[in-house]
Amino acid sequence: MAEFRLNGKAVSVDAPDETPLLWIIRDELGLMGTKFGCGIGQCGACTVHLDGTATRSCITPLSMAQDLDVTTIEGLSAAGDHPLQQAWVDEQVPQCGYCQSGQIMQAAQLLADVKNPTDDDINQAMSGNLCRCMAYARIRRAIKKAAEMTPMNAETTNG
Amino acid sequence: MADLSTRIEQSGATRRQFLVGSVAGGLMMAFAARTSVLGAAKTLGEGAYAPSIWVQLGPDGRILVNIAKAEMGQHVGTALARVVAEELEADWADVEIVHVDSDPKWGYMVTGGSWSVHTTFDQLSRAGAAGRIAMIEAGARLLDVSPDQCIARQSTVICKDQKISYAKIVAAGAVDRSFSDEELAALSLKPASERRILGSPGTALDIPEKTTGAARYGIDAAVDGMVYARPVLPPTRYGSVIQSVDDGAARKIPGYLETIRIDDPSGTCQGWLAVIATSIHAANKAVDALKVTWQPGPNAKVDEQALLDEGDRLVNDPESGALWVREGEVDQAFARAASVVDTTYRTHSVLHFQLEPVNALAFEKDGHWHIHTGNQWQSLILPVVAKALAVTEDQITLHQYYLGGGFGRRLYGDYIIPAALTAKAVGKPVKMIFTRADDTGFDCARSPSVQKVRTALDDQGTPIAYDHAAAAGWPTYSMAPGFLAEKIEGGGKVDSFSISGADHWYSIENQRVRAIRNDLVQESFLPGWLRSVGPGWTGWAVEQHMDEVAHAAGVDPVAFRLSLLDGKGRNAGDSPANRGGALRLKAVLERAAEKAGWADRGSLPEGEGMGVATCFGQERAMPTWVACIAHVAVDKKSGAVRVKRLLSVVDAGTIVHPDGALAQMEGSSLWGLSMALYEGTAFKDGMMADRNLDRYTPLRMDQVPDLDIEFMDNDHMPSGLGEPGVIVVAPAIANAIFAATGVRLRDLPMRAADVKAALSG
Repeated sequence: MAEFRLNGKAVSVDAPDETPLLWIIRDELGLMGTKFGCGIGQCGACTVHLDGTATRSCITPLSMAQDLDVTTIEGLSAAGDHPLQQAWVDEQVPQCGYCQSGQIMQAAQLLADVKNPTDDDINQAMSGNLCRCMAYARIRRAIKKAAEMTPMNAETTNG
Repeated sequence: MADLSTRIEQSGATRRQFLVGSVAGGLMMAFAARTSVLGAAKTLGEGAYAPSIWVQLGPDGRILVNIAKAEMGQHVGTALARVVAEELEADWADVEIVHVDSDPKWGYMVTGGSWSVHTTFDQLSRAGAAGRIAMIEAGARLLDVSPDQCIARQSTVICKDQKISYAKIVAAGAVDRSFSDEELAALSLKPASERRILGSPGTALDIPEKTTGAARYGIDAAVDGMVYARPVLPPTRYGSVIQSVDDGAARKIPGYLETIRIDDPSGTCQGWLAVIATSIHAANKAVDALKVTWQPGPNAKVDEQALLDEGDRLVNDPESGALWVREGEVDQAFARAASVVDTTYRTHSVLHFQLEPVNALAFEKDGHWHIHTGNQWQSLILPVVAKALAVTEDQITLHQYYLGGGFGRRLYGDYIIPAALTAKAVGKPVKMIFTRADDTGFDCARSPSVQKVRTALDDQGTPIAYDHAAAAGWPTYSMAPGFLAEKIEGGGKVDSFSISGADHWYSIENQRVRAIRNDLVQESFLPGWLRSVGPGWTGWAVEQHMDEVAHAAGVDPVAFRLSLLDGKGRNAGDSPANRGGALRLKAVLERAAEKAGWADRGSLPEGEGMGVATCFGQERAMPTWVACIAHVAVDKKSGAVRVKRLLSVVDAGTIVHPDGALAQMEGSSLWGLSMALYEGTAFKDGMMADRNLDRYTPLRMDQVPDLDIEFMDNDHMPSGLGEPGVIVVAPAIANAIFAATGVRLRDLPMRAADVKAALSG
C-alpha cells in the first residue's frame, strides 16, 4: 500500500510498486489532467511536481512517491488562476492543449527557481517539453508574462 | 479541376429548409432535410424530418452553437461560431459551443483539408442572417413596430429608442419562421465594412479549460466496469498470420486477464492480438511478456530505399501513372528547347506523432455500440466499424472528444477497430490505448516520394515547357477510394491529394503533370494524409525547381517567379474562392520580398543566405496564397543549419479569427521547419523505424527561429489556414542553403550530416 499526498490530500493506493505514477494519478485517483505522450520521459506531457520538483510521472514508479507531496495541474492553484495559467489564457497559448498541463507544471518549476528567466533559461528548462502543435513562441511569451505578474510566490502555490 | 471540398460537402445530406422556431421555452435554429408543412416550431418541437439543430437560444440569452467539426488545436468551434454570430448580430459573450457526436443528422462529417471555415462559411453566414431576420420580426411584433424600422445589435432588437433583448424574445415564445432554400440563397450578407466580429480580436472558447487540466480528450474517457487493453501488433501491416501464442509468462503478471486473437471482418487488423488486463500497466507488461510467432506478410523485407527505388523507376517510365495537367504540346517544346533543367527530388517517410497516442473506449449497451474517441473523419470510419462488428451503422455512435493533435492521423479511425472487436470478444467495455511505439510503428505515415521535374528554356532563358512526374503512396487509394478524382488521361483515377501542388499557378505555355501511385508503398504499409498532404511534398519539388531554373536562366529567383505570375489564362481564377488568381500570389511574394530585405541579401555575412518559396495551399479550387522567405546560417564545418528567421505573407481572404489564424500559421511554419531539418524516418522491417522521441526528434523550444507572419487585408472568400504554412518552409530553407553555400539538397529531411556531405562532395 503506497501512501502520499495528492494536491494536499492524503491518498493510499494498492498497486504494484513499479506502476508508473502517471497511471496511478489518472486511473486509480481519477485526475485526468496529467497526460500520456511518450512513456519514456521525453515529451513532458506527464509532468507533475514531486515535493516541488518537476518530474516525469510516466517513468516514476509509484514507490518513489511514498510519503511525498504530489502536485498535478489540478492542484497548481485552487481556482485555475496561477499566474502561469492566467498568462497561458492571456497569450492564447494552447492549440490542441494536450501537452499544456506538462508545459505549465514545468514552467512553474522554472519560475520557482528563476524569478525572471531569460530566453536561455527558458530554452534550458522547457526544451524537454514537446509541443507538437509548436506553440513555442507563445509558451515563451506566457512564461515571461507570468514572471512579471506580482506577487509571484512559488512556495505558496506548492509549486 | 476537381473541387474536392465541394465534392465532400455535397456528399452529405442535402438541406431544403432553414427553420427558426420556439421550442420548450427556448428557440432552435436548424436545417431540415426535407421541406416541412408543419411550420418551424412544430417541426423542431417534434423532431420531424431529423432537423439538425445548429444553434439554440435560451431564455437566459445563452446562444449555443453545435459544432460538427473536430477540435484539434485550430479552435474551429470558435471560428465557426464567429461566422454565425456575425450575421445573427449576437453578443459574443453569450456564445457557447458544443462538439456533437456522429448522429447522421449532422451530414457528412470530416475535419481536414483546411476546409472547415471555407466550406461552411456561406451556409453558416446565411443561417445567422436568417436567425437575425426571425429575431427582428419577432422583436418588432413584441414592440409593436414595423420590422423594417428595426436593427439588431449585440443580441438585441432595436427600434429607435425602444429595444428588446433576444433573451426576452425567446422567453416570449411564438417564433415560427421558415426559410426556403431559395430565400436563404437570396439573403444579402453584410459587407466587410459592417462586420463587428469577423476580423476583430477575440479569444478562443476552448482555451481556458486547456490550461487547468479540465479539457477531456479521448484518452480520458472512462466508463464503469471497463477493462484495459493494449494491441499486440504483427510484424507487417498486411498479410501477417499468427502461428503460435504463449501467454505463460504473461499469466504471472498481476492484473493480466487474457489474450485474444482479433478476428476482423473489415480486414483492418491482419494478425493482431489484444492483451486485456485490469490496468494499463499490467496490459503493457503482459504484452512484453507474451510470446507470439507470426508468418509475416510478403513485404516484410521491403525497406525505405526499395520504396524510393521503385519511385525512381516509376517517374522515369513515361507509361506510368495518369495525367493531372496537360496544357499545350510539352514534348514538342522540349524538342526545340535551347536548354533543359532536369532534377529529381525525394522525401522520406514522416510520422504524425500527434502527442495523444491513438486510443478508443468501446462498449455495447442495449444493442447499440458506443465508441468514445477523438476522430477527424467519422463518416469514413463508421461503415468500417460496422463491418468489423457485423452491425449496421445506425447501431453505432462515435462520441467526440478533443483531439490531442490531429494533423491527419485521426482522419483514419483504424484504431477504433481493435478496441471495438476486443470489447465484443470479452463482452465488457474496453479501453484500448496504444503505446507510443504501437502508435508510430503502424502510423499511416506520409509516404516517401520521388519527383522528376523538367523545364525547357528557350535561348532567351524563358521557360517554354514544364514536365512534372510524382510517385508516392496514395492515402486516398487505400482509405477512401470513393474520393479518388478523375484524371485527364491514362489509367485509373487519381489521388488528387497526392498530386495537388504540382498544378501550380506559374504561367508556362506547355505543362504536363503526371500522378503515379507507388504500389510497393501501397502493399507495404498504409500511407496517410499528413498536415499539408500532397502539397507538403510536391511543393518541395516545385519551389526548389523554380529556384534551379531561375539560376540556370541567370535571373533573381523572386523576379523569375514574379515574371511567371501573370494571372492570365488558366491562372486567372475562375470562382469566388480563387478570384484574382495568380496575381494574389504575386502580391504576397512582392510584399514578402520587400519586408525581408530581399534586395539587400548580398550584404549578408559569409555562410548566411535567404531563400524564397511560394504556395497556394491545398488545392487550386481553394487557394491560400503564401510567400515565405527563410534566412539561414550554415556552419560549413558541421553542416548544421540554423534558421534565423522565417517570414511569411499570407492571403487567406477574410480572416474569421485573427489570433487563431496567426496561431495556425505559427504552428504550421514550425511544422515545416521541423520536417525540413529534424524529422523524417524510414520504413524498415514492416514498420516505421523511429518509434519514439529517443530517435524521432521534432522541433523543440530552443530551435525556434524568429517568426514574422503577416496577413493580407481583404474581404475575399475565406480559404483555409491549418496546413498551407507548412508547404513553403522546406523549399525556402533548401533555397536559402543553396544561397549560403552553393550546394543543392534535393532530399528531405536535410540533416546536418547531409549538408556536410554535400559540402564536402
